[in-house]
Amino acid sequence: MAADGDDLPKMAHPLEIPKLKCGAMEGLAPFIAAPEHQEPLGYPGELVENWKEVALAKMKELAEKNRAFQVYLDACVKCGACTDKCHYFLGTGDPKNMPVARQDLLRSVYRRYFTFAGKYFPSLVGARDLTEEVLDEWYSYYHQCSECRRCSVFCPYGIDTAEITMAAREIMDAVGKGQKYSNEIIGKVKVVGNNLGLNEKALGATLEDLEEEIEEDTGVSVRLPLDEKGADILLVTPSADFFAEPHIDGLIGYAKVFHEAGVSWTISSYASEAANFGLFIGSYENMREIALRIRKAAEDLGVKRIIFGECGHAWRVAYSFLNTLAGPFDFLDPKYPVPQHILEFTWNEIQKGTLKFDKSQNDHIRLTYHDSCNVARASRMGDEPGGQFEIPRNVIKAVCNHYFDMDRETTHESTLCCGGGGGLLTDDLMELRKKGASPRMTALQQVTEDHGVTHMAAICAICKTQFSKVMPAYGYEMDSIVSVHQLVSNAIILTGQDGAEEDETEAAEEA
Amino acid sequence: MASYDVNGTAVEHDEEGYITNLSDWSKDLAQVIADAENIQMTDEHWAVVNFLREYYDEYQIAPAVRVLIKAIKKSMGPDVGNNKYMYELFPYGPAKQACKIAGLPKPTGCV
Repeated sequence: MAADGDDLPKMAHPLEIPKLKCGAMEGLAPFIAAPEHQEPLGYPGELVENWKEVALAKMKELAEKNRAFQVYLDACVKCGACTDKCHYFLGTGDPKNMPVARQDLLRSVYRRYFTFAGKYFPSLVGARDLTEEVLDEWYSYYHQCSECRRCSVFCPYGIDTAEITMAAREIMDAVGKGQKYSNEIIGKVKVVGNNLGLNEKALGATLEDLEEEIEEDTGVSVRLPLDEKGADILLVTPSADFFAEPHIDGLIGYAKVFHEAGVSWTISSYASEAANFGLFIGSYENMREIALRIRKAAEDLGVKRIIFGECGHAWRVAYSFLNTLAGPFDFLDPKYPVPQHILEFTWNEIQKGTLKFDKSQNDHIRLTYHDSCNVARASRMGDEPGGQFEIPRNVIKAVCNHYFDMDRETTHESTLCCGGGGGLLTDDLMELRKKGASPRMTALQQVTEDHGVTHMAAICAICKTQFSKVMPAYGYEMDSIVSVHQLVSNAIILTGQDGAEEDETEAAEEA
Repeated sequence: MASYDVNGTAVEHDEEGYITNLSDWSKDLAQVIADAENIQMTDEHWAVVNFLREYYDEYQIAPAVRVLIKAIKKSMGPDVGNNKYMYELFPYGPAKQACKIAGLPKPTGCV
């Protein structure tokens, strides 16, 4: 097994079914959370002695509390529709990465202890005992699922496979076998307010630095306010937007849009994170605690609206669960959706005609768009069905001249995961990340061949980081992945911008 | 726990090679970590490491990549202070790999 993922699959087609490689990814496991990562989340520091009883009790509790989970465990008829739908299966060929096989790692234990047939005739119904080997297998393969839910789209019974992964992770957390990457991060949000551990002082300095940069570039003073009481809008964005490339260019884009729209807005140092990794580990309690920080920030700052930046699973949590987790938001202005996506805001402004663009500023690139899984399959934007697909594309087309979609079987609701979602964006899973990206990378290579596409845009911090890391393995520069609001930022003409008038005159003359 | 050997003294690090006690850092240790990462330390590497440490002293966190690049551009010129060159210096990324050598905690999150 190549640790660096050098043996990347060569696919003729993004969805080409690989030859089976039994056990190819066996034993791959991310670092286990240390006690200091476990305990702040309410989990035992290490594997408890009676882990088997605890695991089964937790499984029982989940099945009783969450009717859907029990139905998902009971309903599968092994039709096989999901088998070739997982990017990790397509990229690794490991049959245990077929969604049905992955689910069965848990389902087989559920059958053994909680169904009549499994209790008395285990071998007839594929039921098996919970052993330490099984627990290790869970740890490995439930960390080879990014909870992207592509397979669920194709399940005739509507089994939400991600829920099984989430339940498995919750059971493992309950017995003291959590994953370092996700749990360390959740701990940081609880203490500092964001995944990165970026404190108020450092955040303030970063934002000031960006204000200077925008002024140097454009001659216009554009603010990135922090903790400003009385602002109309609270922007909640992934902390990667304050740190990483190309995320930070997206943040600059939001700031320019707000500036031109003439609205007052602020970032909160207390809720300086849109991401909510509580979702990834299936923990309602942790998810709620993180969501409540956003509510508190909105109340403390007295804002009227909440807008989310470019973050995939954050938008799922925001769009689908925020009201349940931290509502009611009756203190906000009812004229606006709670919450709103930055792309909804920008698209509204474009339609109102508030924003002026020079699309030629993006003429050096030929674009495609990667639908992020959580936005595509677990949320919506705007007032129309499918708005989560159309609005990002509309905005891109409003600011870029050269746009081309990838193979339709790999976009919209059938989009492929970037390969790093769901708590897998960690270096110790790099081989999986590179292989899991191969279907998406193959689809990208197709539009590069057919249309000369040079860049791909995304609206998720995880997708952006993942692609900047894995694209070089597929023949692209690391900066071939861009933020959608980075494209907006490139093209937007700020009022009073240096050279803006000349540019406009030139454009008019050319026209 | 695994450790680096710095002139006979063991300095503990985590699974990924980040030192666990930040006050254990020394220039000799940086050299040892760099060796383990297959990096030949040059003046340019040191400029990055030194800036990271200064920034960390003030803010208790590593700077955003572009803040780092801007600072290096100022001190070493645009040929060194650009994203591409940073990745030549630190192939695993100026944020993660340079932080490791500078004895800073690993940046976490979606980065």
